Amino acid sequence: MSLTYTTIQEKLEEKFGEQVSLFSTDSGILSFESPAAQNLKVMQFLFDELGFTFLTDLCGVNYPDQKDAELVVVYHLHNFVDNIRLRYSVAVPVAQPDVFTATKLFESANWMERETYDFFGINFIGHPNLKRILNVDEMDYFPLRKEFPLEDQTRIDKDDEMFGRG
Amino acid sequence: MEAHHNIVLPEGSIEKTTTTLNLGPTHPATHGVFQNIMEIDGERVVSTEQSVGFIHRAFEKLAERRNLYQITPITDRLNYCSSPINNMGWHITCERFLKVETPKRVDYLRIIIMELARISDHLICNSIVGVDTGAYTGFLYVMQYRELIYEIYEEVCGSRLTTNIGRIGGFERNFTNTAFTKLEKFLNEYPKVLQEFENLFTRNRIFMERTQGTGGISAARAMNYGFTGPNLRAAGVDYDVRVAHPYSSYQDLDFSIPVGTTGDNYDRFLVRNAEMWQSISIIKQAYEKVQSFKGTEAEIFHADVPEYYLPKKEDVYNNMEALIWHFKIIMGEIDLPKGQIYSAVEGGNGELGFYLVSDGGRTPFRLHFRRPCFIYYQAYPELITGGMLSDAVVTMSSLNLIAGELDA
Repeated sequence: MSLTYTTIQEKLEEKFGEQVSLFSTDSGILSFESPAAQNLKVMQFLFDELGFTFLTDLCGVNYPDQKDAELVVVYHLHNFVDNIRLRYSVAVPVAQPDVFTATKLFESANWMERETYDFFGINFIGHPNLKRILNVDEMDYFPLRKEFPLEDQTRIDKDDEMFGRG
Repeated sequence: MEAHHNIVLPEGSIEKTTTTLNLGPTHPATHGVFQNIMEIDGERVVSTEQSVGFIHRAFEKLAERRNLYQITPITDRLNYCSSPINNMGWHITCERFLKVETPKRVDYLRIIIMELARISDHLICNSIVGVDTGAYTGFLYVMQYRELIYEIYEEVCGSRLTTNIGRIGGFERNFTNTAFTKLEKFLNEYPKVLQEFENLFTRNRIFMERTQGTGGISAARAMNYGFTGPNLRAAGVDYDVRVAHPYSSYQDLDFSIPVGTTGDNYDRFLVRNAEMWQSISIIKQAYEKVQSFKGTEAEIFHADVPEYYLPKKEDVYNNMEALIWHFKIIMGEIDLPKGQIYSAVEGGNGELGFYLVSDGGRTPFRLHFRRPCFIYYQAYPELITGGMLSDAVVTMSSLNLIAGELDA
């Protein structure tokens, strides 16, 4: 029997009850959330019971207006057998952005989590090598958080003879 | 003056029996900006530490302040061996997000361009594998056919490498007759060249011995490492976004997905070659379908989306409505709908995904690129450990790593 969004939702609700919430298919694929502490249990269940054995994508999103849920980690999982995609997200407060690492489940999560740490400062507990990957090690901020704006292109205080600014 | 200190050697470094070798970041054999600090025992690789990010350009941050059409040139610079696929992938993401239906003719024209891009991508990768195993001829010989592909791009969009081809809804202009003539020339001449290229390598004893059994990976490991594209298919998993989640009317065409068994360098080479044959067949089918449009249908090259598709210049000068749309698009005054989408296309080296989050503003709230080679390059230490250093070089090129895409 091939898997449908309804059966996935039922099985998840049966297993985790209130812990999984906000099911929606508005964006084309089934998406849902759970508390950050549950992320490994949910993904292990999806992996073992529902065949979501492929981690397509892992990234962070920063919603500065969501109190105590400013940082969100979004997982895109894929079941190759039934060809179903799934979006699963967990939210954490920016003051304590702790999420359990998925590297034990997916080798591919290693660098994707490092990238998410690099840009959002999300602390993946248990990660084997959680350090910056694309930015320089000395960087002391997390550049994809909304509090770091891009440089104002109309600024005039910068003297740059070579490139004709200032 | 600062006092000079003697070099402090790490503990145990005198007794150790392995050699540390720094390969890259700029090395002729890495074909891109990749650094590997390897521990080698004689010529055997014991371990390696990768570092990436040397050409990181903060595309995801930049995209947060750009309108949709301004993000297309950014996508050019991901996998620059097949920029049109990235461009189209981005347009398709936007169209899915904005619920724009594209006309069939646009879909087929896109398929032609995307498959040409796939051929040029695979051609580079496979011929570079040849170069790294000591056969320069193939590389030099096929270059003129990549040139032909670039001439077709040029005819369609005006540029060659970073193409910025197409718009949301279709193409910026209709294909000229010259473009079709060049396409026909390519379809006539290229199969013979590809056959010769295959003859040069596929059963070549030296090539086989260099590539068979090196850099191999099992299907299960490849999936766990997030492999996609030809690298995953070489390991025996028949996952192809064009079939699994069709876009741009790929479901109308008939093609097969070549798979390998061992996931080694040789299988990756064979899978790419077989895919090029499939691409030729796809282009032929799509071209036939394009030719079957008659009358006004044969003139359609974009969907009717005034909010996102720039009007023609003469309309802008002579027509109030077109002028307004032109202004609104250029100034970026169009609010996006709220929501999020993940949309993927089969890029030259794997599943190229775009995760777009919009909060209803004029620019994406967040845009994440799923870059296939960023994800599968993690497996590189596992692929090369225990093998020869010279095989590590071949493995690197047969993975089709593109620094621009990896570092985003």
